[in-house]
This record gives sequence, C-alpha cells and structure tokens, in this order.
Amino acid sequence: MPDELNKPEYKVPPELEGTVAITTLDRIYNWGRRYSVWPMFFGLACCAIEMIATAGARFDLARFGMEIMRPSPRQCDLMIVSGTVTKKMVPQVVRLYNQMPEPKYVLSMGACASGGGPFKRGYNVISGVDKYIPVDVYVPGCPPTPQALLYGLIKIQEKIDKESIKEVGWYQKEEDPGVPVPILGPDLIDLRDFPELMERLANKEDQA
Amino acid sequence: MNENSKVLETYEQAVLERFPDWVQADEREGYQGLLVDPANLLSLMEALRDDLGYDLLSSVTGVDYLPDEKMEVVYHLFKSTGGPILEIKVQTPRSKTVVPSLVGLYPGAAFQEREAWDLLGIKFENHPNLKRILMWEGFEGHPLRKDWEEVYYGDEKKPYEDRWPEGRAKKIEQDLPYKENIAYPESFNPETWIPEPSELLFKGSTPLEQDKQIDTEKLVVNLGPQHPSTHGVFRMVASLEGETVVDLEPVMGYLHRNHEKIGEKNTFAMNMPYTDRLDYFCSMSNNFGYALAVEKLLGERYQPPERAQYIRVIMAELTRVLNHFMAIGFFLNDLGAYFTPALYTIKERELILDIFEAVAGSRMMCNYFRFGGVVRDLPEGMEGHIREMVYDRLPRQIDELDRYLVENEIVVGRSQGVGVLTPEQAIGLSAAGPVLRASGVPYDIRRADPYSIYDRFDFEVAVRYHGDVYDRFLIRYDEIRQSIRILQQAIDSIPQGEILANKPAYKYRMPKGEAYGRVEGPKGELGYYVVSDGTDNPWRYHVRAPSFINLTGLREMCLGEKVADLVAILGSIDIVLGEVDR
Repeated sequence: MPDELNKPEYKVPPELEGTVAITTLDRIYNWGRRYSVWPMFFGLACCAIEMIATAGARFDLARFGMEIMRPSPRQCDLMIVSGTVTKKMVPQVVRLYNQMPEPKYVLSMGACASGGGPFKRGYNVISGVDKYIPVDVYVPGCPPTPQALLYGLIKIQEKIDKESIKEVGWYQKEEDPGVPVPILGPDLIDLRDFPELMERLANKEDQA
Repeated sequence: MNENSKVLETYEQAVLERFPDWVQADEREGYQGLLVDPANLLSLMEALRDDLGYDLLSSVTGVDYLPDEKMEVVYHLFKSTGGPILEIKVQTPRSKTVVPSLVGLYPGAAFQEREAWDLLGIKFENHPNLKRILMWEGFEGHPLRKDWEEVYYGDEKKPYEDRWPEGRAKKIEQDLPYKENIAYPESFNPETWIPEPSELLFKGSTPLEQDKQIDTEKLVVNLGPQHPSTHGVFRMVASLEGETVVDLEPVMGYLHRNHEKIGEKNTFAMNMPYTDRLDYFCSMSNNFGYALAVEKLLGERYQPPERAQYIRVIMAELTRVLNHFMAIGFFLNDLGAYFTPALYTIKERELILDIFEAVAGSRMMCNYFRFGGVVRDLPEGMEGHIREMVYDRLPRQIDELDRYLVENEIVVGRSQGVGVLTPEQAIGLSAAGPVLRASGVPYDIRRADPYSIYDRFDFEVAVRYHGDVYDRFLIRYDEIRQSIRILQQAIDSIPQGEILANKPAYKYRMPKGEAYGRVEGPKGELGYYVVSDGTDNPWRYHVRAPSFINLTGLREMCLGEKVADLVAILGSIDIVLGEVDR
C-alpha cells in the first residue's frame, strides 16, 4: 500500500469524488462498535429491575443499539454490575468478567456496586466492585433511574469513541491473564494479596 | 385491634389450660406468647398440630439475649383456617444451644432452622441437613450473635463516630490490614490453608443410584447463579436421570446483604428505607409490615389516622397489582415467550411507578410509610389519577393480558399439571400467599387476621384448587382483579384529614417488648419480628420473608418433573432474591 494513503491529507482522485468518503480506521471501527454494545443479561439486585425497565418500551435501550442482552458472557461487550456484590457472589462476578471477550467494558450501576452503598457495613458485602474488576463508568443512585443508566451508557459510547487500536490493551500482542478468581475461605480470599497461595493452588491444579 | 388481642388471649389460655405442665406464659414486660422447655417442645408441637389445629408453622427464628446468657428460639404458628398467630418460645443456655428440630413435624421449618444455625449458631437436633444456607460452609462465626463483630465494626449503633461530619471523619477501613471488609481468624495461615472443595457443584445432594434396566446417564445440572431464568442470583443444583429431575437442592445467599445485622444497629426509623430493598418490587407493602410491627410496640397512640389508613391500603394494593403484573410477565419469559409479554407488563408497571414517584419521590424505593401514618399526603390531582387508573386502565389491561395469555395453547401445555403442590404439602411446607392459595387453601391474612382497615372492604379471597403451575399463574389474575376491587372502594371512600398520628420524629421512645407484625404481601405472609430493649435501636429485627420460605417447597414441586419445567416452576413461585437472601 503506498504510504500516502495513510495520510489524512490524501486527495481523493477526481473520478471518485462524491462516491467515497475518507475517515480514519479508528473512527470507522469505533463507529461500528459504539452502536452494537451488547450488555450482559446479568442482574444482581434491585438495580437489575431498573435495568430491565430501561430495556422496556418507555426508555427503550434499543435506540442506542444495545437492546440485545445476552445471558452468556462469551457474547457480551458490557457488564452492567446491577446491584450489591456480596462476598459469596464476587467469585462468580470475576469469573464472568474473565469469560467476556475483549474489548469489554464494565458499568457499575448504583451505590452498592460502586462502593457498598447502604449495605457497606455488612459482613458479606464488598465495598465496591472496583476492588476486583476494572470499572469504566460509575452511575450513582439507589437505584439509578433509567435516565441515569442511559446517561452512563452514553458515556461508555463516548469512551469507545476516544479509543485507538494503536493503544488499547486488548489489541496488543501480550495476552491479558485476567483477574484471579477470589475464593471463599474463613472470609473472602483475594489471591492477589497472597501470591504464595495463588502459586500453590496453581501448582495443585497443574498436577490434577 | 383490641378484638384480635382478646381472641389471642383466649387462644393462649386454651393452650395453657390444656398443657399446664409443659407451657407457661411469658411474663417479661412487653412480651406475649408461651414458654416451653426444649425437652417438651416436640410433644407440645405435635399436640398443637394434631389436636388444636395449629397446622402452619409460619416462622422460626432466634434471639440472642446476651446479658441473660440465653438463646431463645421463637416459633410463630397459626391455624390455616384463620385466626391470630400463636407464639411459642424455647430458651436454652447460650453456651450450649441445642433445640430439637421441628422438620419432622413441619417440613417448612427446614430452611429457617438452617438460617438460624447459620446466623445465630443454634443447633437443631435431628435436622436432616443442618448446614449454612446464607453464608458459605467454612465461614468464621455466626454473625447475628451479639458478641460477633463485623470487620467494619464502628460502634454499637448508628450514627457511627467515624462517619461524623465536620471534618472529623476517620474512616474505619484506614486501619484495617486489608483495607477492605475482610478479616481472617488468627489460625488462618495462607501458606498451609487448603480450600474446601465445593462439593455441591460437582455432586448431587444425594448419591445417585444407577438404574439397571434402562441405560440412561445420570448427571448433575447446575443452574445459576448467573442464569437468565433464576430471577437474580439464585442457584439450583438438579440431579437428572435422563431428563427427569430426581433431586434438587436450592443454593442461596448470593445476595445476603445482612439486613438483620444492619437493622440492629439502625434506629427504628432508619430501618424503614432498608425494608424497601427487601422485595424491591414491593417497597410499599414492605414498609407496611414494618410499620405495623413497630406500631404494635409503640401502642395505641400511634394508630394512624383514617386518611393515612386509606392511603396505606391504596399503596399496598397498587403494589400487589404491580407485582403480579411483573410476575405474569416474567413467568411468560420463563416459558419462552421472551420479553414480549414482559414488555406489556412493564408498561403497566411504569404507570403505577409514576404514582409512587409522585407521592413518595422515588420510583422503586419509596420509603413512604412512617410509624403512625405516611410521610406525605397525596399530591393535588392524584386521587383523580388513581381513580382513572383503577376504574379504567387497569381493568382493561388485565382483561387484555387474560385474552392473550390464559388460553394460549403453549402456556396451557407447558403449565397444566406441572409442579403440583397438594394442600397438605403446601401447609406442611409453610407456603404462603399465592402459592398456598393456588393449592386450594384459602388463607389470606387480610381476611384471616385482618389488619389496618381491610375488614371494611368487600373482596373475595382468590383460591384455585389444582396446585399446579397453571393455577399459580391464574391466581395472580384473580388477585389483581380483587385488588382492583379494593382499590375502587378505597379511592371512593377516602376521607380528608391528617396523615400522621404524631409529629415526624427521628427517634421514638420505644417501650420494652416484642412485636410481630404481618401483612399479606404480594408474595405471601411478610412478617417482621421486632424486639426492643427500651433503647433507640431494635435488639432484634427479623424478617419472615415469604419468597425464602416458599422456596422450601421447590424441591417437592420439582421431583419427577422434566428439567425444562424447573424454570417454569421457579417462575410460578415468583421469588425476589433481595427477600430470599436479605
């Protein structure tokens, strides 16, 4: 490919004028991605009901190309963490996150998912899902209204717009190992805090 | 109110006279009910069930009386033919809390006893499967014991010092070794610790025997906690033979948010918004039950004025309509009519939520009731709007749903004769609400033990007789229609006047004692058991959650059915995980 094709100042030949448009690869790629975000059909608590209401006729998520909610993480781009994440549930949440293919985004919906919310002091409650998985957009509220959720989803779209495949992690050569799945012991055990334990468990799995 | 307590006294008297050696009246200040020795519990309960007709054990819970070094187990039971609730209590020393299990007499106690073991460490002798239910096996400690402190323990009660405003805040997590809500016992050593295998995931709850004649593969299928049909984070472990379910174990606790522990630290008034988040479809009726329980404690002075009573009934019945609409929509989802019927029912839900938003300020978490009334009056024009809804819109919509769905061939084929629960089973398994009534037991608290002003309205108790999934589906139509009848009468006769019996308050002077308030929630009997020690905070705050207890019957309904029907059966019970796990 001649090098000047990659330059934005490339002149369209006169015979093609009016039939082609020039843009950058990032732009056309992101344009496609932003209107086909598939959220995961994954409800945790109260916020999930407002998420379903957002998909309903009055608020109509489909206007943004997001009406296809998939229960399987393998087919999703966006995880909406809709509710309180408990210690008993967080291993599953992390596992679901790891199972989603890149590029993936996480929207933390509501006070509980963002920081524990009214249940923060509970012995079985995680103080925010961002302690375990990276979160892109936080939506406040208890529960956020469907309008607020829509605004958060538009923010995800804006974030997609700004990405460039030159820089994003998921387009690089190295493979992302994912987040180690926490396990339930006498209390929740985050394996990142205990490298020896993680190693020992990995060895055990290799042997088995 | 007075009449009810008189009836209750005669009921208690009858038991006292009949079993003078076994029971004695609970004479602590503000307490009612009967005390019985653990050794006589089983024989008393058997006699109560078989001779006196107390066939439905509604709730089992425990209270930790730390200062007295006593652990108390509280049973609430009633006759399925109607009447007030009878309270039986058993006390054991705190150091050795062993109580005979009632699962043999009342199978409905199974999950509740497991919960009491999990959270309070009460051992139930001869319980067939006494393991943790809300927390996981291996968790350290029993959280609801009064001497158990959570990681974020700040203070005995709210407001916590470390959240005090004016820039003096010192967050508790800054001092914690893991900076998070996590603590390990001293004996925990990550280098030698061996994780317990989660056997349930890989193995059925009972060993599978191989059938010699037909060569079918037996396998265990795990549905959930992330499964589109489990209505949230609920899990079922089903053992299958071919396609037939031979065993099923529900696993829950994935949304256990520690309502009861947090509730003990809150003041009484602070718990009201937390009740919204129990069954998050029905915040109004959750408020109702809690307000009733605390008003019982507070006494006559806090009886709500007339207008407030009517507003309460209108809101509670609108909630029932909303909940049943959603139940119908989601049930059709479970049958495979993916989201088209649900979109229609969500539409009605939005219209009812508009009313809630107008009166309470929030769509879902209304926090609308107060002790002695409601927080705000109806805004201008709202009565007319509600009248239009209940006379015109809702009856038309329910008829429309009826026309499209009830005789639909697929709905009938998938649900008739599936997941049958006989009346005897339903009563034994402590089922409540639509599940109980679809099995042919016409028990509705609004009629059987009327509260608020339900005795003034003309309505019928919906009942169906087959006990299958189809009847549980139909009974929701019946109940919506009856609710609309109540709503029409209420909106026509609502008086003007006060909406709160007392001044709005942050703290209430709470007398010592206990109270059990219950309402007929959309999902069944929603009860609140509150114990006050005379301070601003409840000593014990327990929720008798209908979704949780209705799930006790799930296994009985599913045995022998096809695996595809599991989803339909679960959908017909209509659970909400916020209430199941609390």
